[in-house]
Amino acid sequence: MASEQSASSAMALRFDLKSIGLGVLSFVVGISLWWLASASNATPLPGPIEVLERFGRSIGTGQLWIDIRASIGRVLAGFLLGSIIAVPVGFLMGWYRVARGLIDPWIQFFRVIPPLAIIPLAIVTMGIDETPKIFVIFLAAFLSAVVATYQGVVSVDKTFINAARVLGAKDWVIFTKVVVPASTPFILVGFRIGLGSAWATVVAAELIAAQSGLGFRMQQGQLYYDLPVIFVSLITIGVLGLIMDRLVVLAEQRLTIWQERV
Amino acid sequence: MTMTGTPNTKIAFKNVRRVFGDGPSAFVALDHLNLDIFDGEFVTVVGPSGCGKSTALNIVAGLLGVSAGECRVDGDIVTGPGPDRGVIFQQYALFPWLTVRENVEFGLKLQGKEKSERRKIADHYIALVGLTDFANALPKMLSGGMKQRCAIARAYAVNPKVLLMDEPFGALDALTRVRMQDQLLETWSKERRTVMFITHDVDEAVYLANRVIVMAARPGRLQEIIDVNLPYPRNDELRLSPQFAEIRNKVWHAVYTRSGQQQPALEE
Repeated sequence: MASEQSASSAMALRFDLKSIGLGVLSFVVGISLWWLASASNATPLPGPIEVLERFGRSIGTGQLWIDIRASIGRVLAGFLLGSIIAVPVGFLMGWYRVARGLIDPWIQFFRVIPPLAIIPLAIVTMGIDETPKIFVIFLAAFLSAVVATYQGVVSVDKTFINAARVLGAKDWVIFTKVVVPASTPFILVGFRIGLGSAWATVVAAELIAAQSGLGFRMQQGQLYYDLPVIFVSLITIGVLGLIMDRLVVLAEQRLTIWQERV
Repeated sequence: MTMTGTPNTKIAFKNVRRVFGDGPSAFVALDHLNLDIFDGEFVTVVGPSGCGKSTALNIVAGLLGVSAGECRVDGDIVTGPGPDRGVIFQQYALFPWLTVRENVEFGLKLQGKEKSERRKIADHYIALVGLTDFANALPKMLSGGMKQRCAIARAYAVNPKVLLMDEPFGALDALTRVRMQDQLLETWSKERRTVMFITHDVDEAVYLANRVIVMAARPGRLQEIIDVNLPYPRNDELRLSPQFAEIRNKVWHAVYTRSGQQQPALEE
């Protein structure tokens, strides 16, 4: 068994190296194409070198850090608030039929409204400071996480619950020792989707009313025809989103190591 | 105890009826079931799908209620599940996020046993089913047969009066199944419990049991009780003996011919 395991992990490592190699290759080819396209004046877009220079300037003046801090602050505040509230609400809905009947219609209703559509209302009612931005991000993250948590709870295998009951478990133990761990994979998927929606929303929120942030900077770039700064912001958003997504995936793998994966 | 006939009756069904649904779509899963299972007995229940064998087991387990009649364990009417009746499910139902030892300790923790005592009891039963080397493994590392052995250890650990096994080997391949039957009998001979074992495999039913309960479908009811007067310990030699074949034929006949069903219908 142990040798089988190490063999399979060696294979996984080799597979990983191969996919990393392909990833690097794909990246290099993509950048080269971009460079070729801009160098040959096939597009009005700035080339990689120009963008890199702009990156240096933005970092040098400290402006990039200010924007990153502002955007990440909003994303994290909205996302954490949304997730922290979504988990208990999702459990409540999954566990109690009455709670489900009362809450579900509202969730379903707000789920079909794009968070961006809430922005005008949020600005009018909450002003133009941080509150409306964090609120729309919160809403986006909350809705994804709540639906995932609730799905996780209702799809807990009935046999697990019966197995716990015949061993003498009452409701509270079943909930904490069976339902919570069994629905963890679903909840983490919900977090991941919620984080994605949070990033999508923060940029839009900053386009409308902000004095800093990556979305705000892009809009400034648009106003002054500063294409490199738009690129800098876009790339930064992509990289940050990717890093945060990987972090959630890492947590997911840690917390659900027990899952049988095919 | 004196309320249920013979003093050493462990499980008693009295006129048990169970109906699922209501109105025209109502389905009588079990009707007029009268059955006594005695202390220390190994009883197998065999019958076509829809004969109510799993329903009967779930009623003893307290996972299903009765529509009429009563079910008693040790003279007490069953009102819900409890650790005095261990259940082993076909799908193993091990908690995948717990190791083998943590699974076995799950019920002991609920009984408020101290850590060192839990560990001692768990290790005893893990050894009894031959999983000592896998005590710290997660269920995903185990084969089907090993998973079921872990489930058996978990059920034994809380020291139940009766063991209820619902087609426990149904998902295993034929070879593993035979080995598991031998291992189960070995475990049972070391730590005797009253066992109610559901199966639709006639060979398995005869090989394991003191008595085979044959049930019929539509409505689910008791068809015949066949005594298996073969000595324990049982082995391959016995499995191939003419006495075994004779009882096996009798059970087969009762299951397939008299109950008017050639083939088990769809799974319940």
